[in-house]
Amino acid sequence: MSAHATEHGTMNLKLIVWRQSAPDKAGRFETYEAKGITPHHSFLEMLDVVNEDLIKAGQDPIAFDHDCREGICGMCSAVVNGVPHGGHERTTLCQLHMRKFKDGDAIYIEPWRARAFPILRDLVVDRGSLDKLIQAAGYVSCHTGGVPDGNAILVGKPEADYAMDAAECIGCGACVAACPNGAAMLFAGAKVSQLAELPQGQVEAPQRVAAMVRAMADQGFGNCSNHYECEGACPKGIKVKFIARLNREFTKALFLEKIGAISTVKAASAD
Amino acid sequence: MILDGKAPTGKIQDSWDKHKIDSLKLVNPANKRKYKVLVVGTGLAGASAAASLGELGYQVEAFCYQDSPRRAHSIAAQGGINAAKAYPNDGDSVYRLFYDTIKGGDFRAREADVWRLAQVSNNIIDQCVAQGVPFARDYAGYLDNRSFGGAQVSRTFFARGQTGQQLLLGAYSALSRQIGAGTVKMFARTEMLDLVVVDGEAKGITVRDLVTGEVRSHVGDAVVLATGGYVNVFYLSTNAMGCSVSAIWKAHKKGAYLANPCYTQIHPTCIPQTGDYQSKLTLMSESLRNDGRIWVPKKKEDCGKAPSEIPEDDRDYYLERKYPSFGNLAPRDIASRAAKEQCDEGRGVGPGGRGVYLDFSASIARLGEGTIRERYGNLFEMYERITDENAYQRPMRIYPAPHYSMGGLWVDYNLQSNIPGLFVLGEANFSVHGANRLGASALMQGLADGYFVIPFTIANYLAQTKPGKVKADHPEMLKSIAEVKAERDRMLSINGKKTVTEFMREVGVLMWNNVGMARSEQSLNETLQKIPAIREEFWKNVKVTGSGDELNQQLENAGRTSDFIDFAELLSRDALHRQESCGGHFRVEHQYPDGEAKRDDANFAYSAAWEFKGTGKAPELHQEPLKFENVHLAVRSYK
Repeated sequence: MSAHATEHGTMNLKLIVWRQSAPDKAGRFETYEAKGITPHHSFLEMLDVVNEDLIKAGQDPIAFDHDCREGICGMCSAVVNGVPHGGHERTTLCQLHMRKFKDGDAIYIEPWRARAFPILRDLVVDRGSLDKLIQAAGYVSCHTGGVPDGNAILVGKPEADYAMDAAECIGCGACVAACPNGAAMLFAGAKVSQLAELPQGQVEAPQRVAAMVRAMADQGFGNCSNHYECEGACPKGIKVKFIARLNREFTKALFLEKIGAISTVKAASAD
Repeated sequence: MILDGKAPTGKIQDSWDKHKIDSLKLVNPANKRKYKVLVVGTGLAGASAAASLGELGYQVEAFCYQDSPRRAHSIAAQGGINAAKAYPNDGDSVYRLFYDTIKGGDFRAREADVWRLAQVSNNIIDQCVAQGVPFARDYAGYLDNRSFGGAQVSRTFFARGQTGQQLLLGAYSALSRQIGAGTVKMFARTEMLDLVVVDGEAKGITVRDLVTGEVRSHVGDAVVLATGGYVNVFYLSTNAMGCSVSAIWKAHKKGAYLANPCYTQIHPTCIPQTGDYQSKLTLMSESLRNDGRIWVPKKKEDCGKAPSEIPEDDRDYYLERKYPSFGNLAPRDIASRAAKEQCDEGRGVGPGGRGVYLDFSASIARLGEGTIRERYGNLFEMYERITDENAYQRPMRIYPAPHYSMGGLWVDYNLQSNIPGLFVLGEANFSVHGANRLGASALMQGLADGYFVIPFTIANYLAQTKPGKVKADHPEMLKSIAEVKAERDRMLSINGKKTVTEFMREVGVLMWNNVGMARSEQSLNETLQKIPAIREEFWKNVKVTGSGDELNQQLENAGRTSDFIDFAELLSRDALHRQESCGGHFRVEHQYPDGEAKRDDANFAYSAAWEFKGTGKAPELHQEPLKFENVHLAVRSYK
């Protein structure tokens, strides 16, 4: 039990929440009270309580994205007191519990803010731009069927572990929201690094990184200027070393393009 | 009516290969692009199906309610995926995987479907490796395996504790490749609200755009539902918040039979509920039971004490006491029911008295904290994040929670429902797990259906249909849109006093208490009496804020809740009719003295497929008899 909880174990909080009814409408901060919150409420359960009160009062509840509520789907997304997911190590918003707050706290709640993530309503943003990066080349071009036996492709344990470290990304976009430039370098770097590390992904590695970097620009993401806010905000502990890897892979790809070893445009793979 | 699953006859070993050659027509490559297939749901089954059909050249439209196809709840599966590779040289084979799955399902699944699943399991691993799924490897670079419940061999492949996530991201990458290539059109934040049937065949769906509120129909030459399971009918479960029965329930209302809805699985090791505000339950890997001892205080008055203050003699290690040979590793259903019994007797611990201790102190004393941390560190960390308790120092509290549904829409061997052109994949269908699913088999089924079954079987249907037969302005399409809009407007116009969440909690708590871990004739009859009243009140007194023409999460939940209320009735009715215990369906009237489920093969060796006859009206039962020609029907025993 947290030392912050009041005698009765419950707390009252002041929420200052970004409200915006539609993408093209002006938004504003509104203040609400969250009453009778226990240390065991998750942050989203606290919002559930506030929303039930709002509905009963005939007001529109706060719209927020969420689904699995166990920290793996990557859907929940809000900036809490200036930090994506509230700023606790390896913790998504849905896994953040109210014992981290104390009675009487004022909590600012805002949507992800980035050029590539337009606000849809309240705390809900459109992260389709991240999907576009994967669609550009974030895959190995293999068809269903016609692949070799799993053990025919040997992968050393260190390489498999490195690829897994990168692959843990849940695609929530906290890295973009935390970045002063709105860059998606940690997200893209994790995918580029995972696939470039594995033999299956090495064949297309230069084309992949080139296409993903260009897609980042097309989608309105900024560039990395080494603030490392992304790593600090990442609820899965993805490291900035994967951005360095992306830069190395991209430099290699540019060189290969220059000498004509690979084509500039990644071939469409509809077959 | 007696249903025919159209399973191939003859030697089961050759059944799938022969079926592909003898019974499944092909669509030639130039013609494939003329057909449009609608795929609803983008979890393992839906994403793998949409990607594979896109690669083949069909026009595919894919739909999910989340903001991205990568978020489907397959992503939360922790443990692993089974395959009959037999890499460890421990005697595994396709037959053994087949046998274990039939037996694990308590002999309530169709043999030929399960055989095919076991057969293609190996292709799945190859496919995922080729996609770059970072499976665990040994130091020589070979794939690593672990063992799992219900099997005596090590056949489970895994990627740390996030196997579901990695497999889903593999399927998502294949799907994304096809979206980029233009063969698949993706509609995220889009929810299916009706199935459109034209002249007895599935030819479209009606959806609501969850951002703009637009209600529209999509026409297709075939419809594939891969929309997951329905255990959120119990309100609290390990499913994601958006998981619902709605897609399959809408199809059911349009004539698709729903089979064995009473087969639901309860997982014994979840973090207990702490209060009424709670929105979901979190599962922790069952592997914890390998090193933890489960107990409750012997005396009720000790329940409020700190566990360290309760002396050894005053602790009841009830699983070790009741099941001396299996102890803490008793099967999922037994362990779950035993925990409920202790809590019902008033000896549960933690908030609300709904919890039992899972104690690692003996293992820590024997092996050292380091070893325990190495084995379960991530789970202890997750437990602490949620409960604020350090499980190295005080026992964990656990309680069972619903997490998987074996029942679903009835399908034949081709995964086609009784409505031609409607195919159902993954957890949404009823096909392979019988009355109980084994660990690491859900991922296997989702990907088997999507990568290696539907590409063949859907071609057989399409080859016999004219492409583009039904147009967007067909009267059935327009009627469906009008009906969906009418239901939406009706919900919005009630403006009552109770919130959607209050209704969902009411029906869910009723279902959990009466139709959850244990069911009796009395509890089921009581439930069937209460549900119509809840439905009536819902349509008089629900409060849905906002309008239909905007992003409105209350409206989304109201629709799902209404479907859950109707579906709860069918689930209860199925449970009442099945007067036996099997797998996840436990009727207290039918058990052996040791608490094991007592099947009645003479009367119930069939799948129960229900036909919708109107809301609040008794559905009609159709039976598909189950024949066991390759395994012997036996009492399921793990002793």
